Amino acid sequence: MHSIQVTVGSRSGLHARPASLFVQAAARQPAKVTVGRPGQAPVDARSLLSVLALAAGCGETLELTAAGDQAQDALTALADLLASDLDAAA
Amino acid sequence: MSDPIRGIGVGTGSAAGPVARMASVPALPAPRPVTDPAAEASAVRAALGAVVTDLDERAARVSGAGAEVLAAQAMMAADPVLADEAAALVERGTDGAHALTAAFDGFRAALVAAGGHFAERAADLDDLRDRAVAHLLGLPVPGLPDPGHPYVLVADDLAPADTALLDPARVLALVTVRGGPTSHTAILAKALGVPAVVGCAGAMELEDGRHVLVHGADGVVEPDPSPEALGRAADRERRRRELLAGVQGPGRTADGHPVALLVNLGAPHELAGAAAADAEGVGLFRTEFLFLDRAEAPSRTEQAAAYRKVFAAFAGRRVVVRTLDAGADKPLPFATSADEENPALGVRGLRTAARDPELLETQLAAIAEAAEAGTAQVWVMAPMVSVPREAAEFAARVRAHGLPLAGAMIEVPAAALRADRLAEVCDFFSVGTNDLAQYTFAADRTLGSLAELLDPWQPALLALVAAAARAAAEHGRPIGVCGEAAADPELALVLVGLGITSLSAAPASLPEVRAALAARTLAECRELAELALLAEDAADARGKVRSRIAGH
Repeated sequence: MHSIQVTVGSRSGLHARPASLFVQAAARQPAKVTVGRPGQAPVDARSLLSVLALAAGCGETLELTAAGDQAQDALTALADLLASDLDAAA
Repeated sequence: MSDPIRGIGVGTGSAAGPVARMASVPALPAPRPVTDPAAEASAVRAALGAVVTDLDERAARVSGAGAEVLAAQAMMAADPVLADEAAALVERGTDGAHALTAAFDGFRAALVAAGGHFAERAADLDDLRDRAVAHLLGLPVPGLPDPGHPYVLVADDLAPADTALLDPARVLALVTVRGGPTSHTAILAKALGVPAVVGCAGAMELEDGRHVLVHGADGVVEPDPSPEALGRAADRERRRRELLAGVQGPGRTADGHPVALLVNLGAPHELAGAAAADAEGVGLFRTEFLFLDRAEAPSRTEQAAAYRKVFAAFAGRRVVVRTLDAGADKPLPFATSADEENPALGVRGLRTAARDPELLETQLAAIAEAAEAGTAQVWVMAPMVSVPREAAEFAARVRAHGLPLAGAMIEVPAAALRADRLAEVCDFFSVGTNDLAQYTFAADRTLGSLAELLDPWQPALLALVAAAARAAAEHGRPIGVCGEAAADPELALVLVGLGITSLSAAPASLPEVRAALAARTLAECRELAELALLAEDAADARGKVRSRIAGH
């Protein structure tokens, strides 16, 4: 089990396009990844609705946790994505 | 052959084709015990899968922003946690329809509680839930039909959200149970250039695939029309089109009084059609599309690039740009506050500029930059002007950017009543009849039940237009109408008679307006205006003007 804390980099928060991109990337990982606010119950990172329901704003800290195959690689890739401004990538 | 069904006609044309109904939202049946939880759970997963397949297929047929929206909705319906939660509820004894509803509503509540952009997704979830429940129950899926061939759309009523998805190449005519002459359906029919019958109580009895003939002029829907009836309608339609095609070029009355005919433009995908239309320019360029669905205002560079495209498409022609009209039905996180109890009466339109002057400054700078790069005649106007001071301050800011023509929208009765003072400080007026009706009659323009008060034929509304037009004429200022009123060929004659100098509408409605003007002199238009002003109410005004036109 690996985990990492990341600051949300997208200007509109983890919403719409940024959330879709993040969830799609999580679904491609062989590891099972969860995301949540540190100290609170995390949600499945492959669930767009659960990730949207976190309502994470820009600049908020989230914790990613991964277990299983290539867990560390999954965390690195998803943390990079979460920290970048995905609105700007549009 | 069956008896004709009657309603309120919109437009003057006729069209025939097979019916496709827009199904309503399925009612949730009473809860029932689950006998085979495994089978029920797989039916629930299959229903969600069917929603995903529908959305993916639709996404594959469109491009750009539309495809992205549909793909995002498909991702929501394909959510593994959603399916697991619904299946878990079924395992605990809840039937499929209620399990799906509860699973969607759990996420919906979380999004609504989050507020802001997140809450805006709640409507998507409702739509997905209704589609999934319809699939599970074997009912027609709510939403626009897609029979794969051109059709006559029959619905209870149409909302703006439905109609944004309508394919104008497929819809032959519109028939709705509800709605009046100024309802959204009527506006849409005019924009598409198709006939419609609204307020048609018997419409939902028409089955899918049944052939109907829809007459816009007299508000009649003929089921199973005879070949003779179809032939007569086709002949009439051909003559009507020939008549319209016979009048082209700049708008003018029979005696040569010029009335500029312009198009309304509100989205990039409308640009090619608008620029190709036989029109003297754009009478209302709505700029909200640049600002909607964003967390922050677009930069000056981004705005200037968008404006440049429009000005290039209308090189040498007039483009009247309306500055950002945020608020009311178009809330924007960076411009409007979410806690107003009465947004239509709140900080909206030009009023947002008082709170955030930079927003307007950036927009004016971008418009000026784009205008400099092209040859379009760029006019700039402010929405929701109430008092002369606002118009004067706006005009000063517009001119400070080197833009020569600054105007005020007449949408608030106070502006119409003091139009003489407004005319001293700005260069032109544009009457937004929809908002002016809403504020004159204290009637929410989104409420179908108040359609009669919002009818643009209301003599009180016409009296305010007359007052503004008189003041404009005294100061030699042009005054246009850019509301839906301008798309009604008979009302257009009245408006010209009141002193309106330009009419701006959807491109499809201009040919009929142009033909109506070409058939009347300015003196005749003034007589019609007088009749309408003296009428008892909107129906009386419309009736008196129609019978005078028929008698001429």
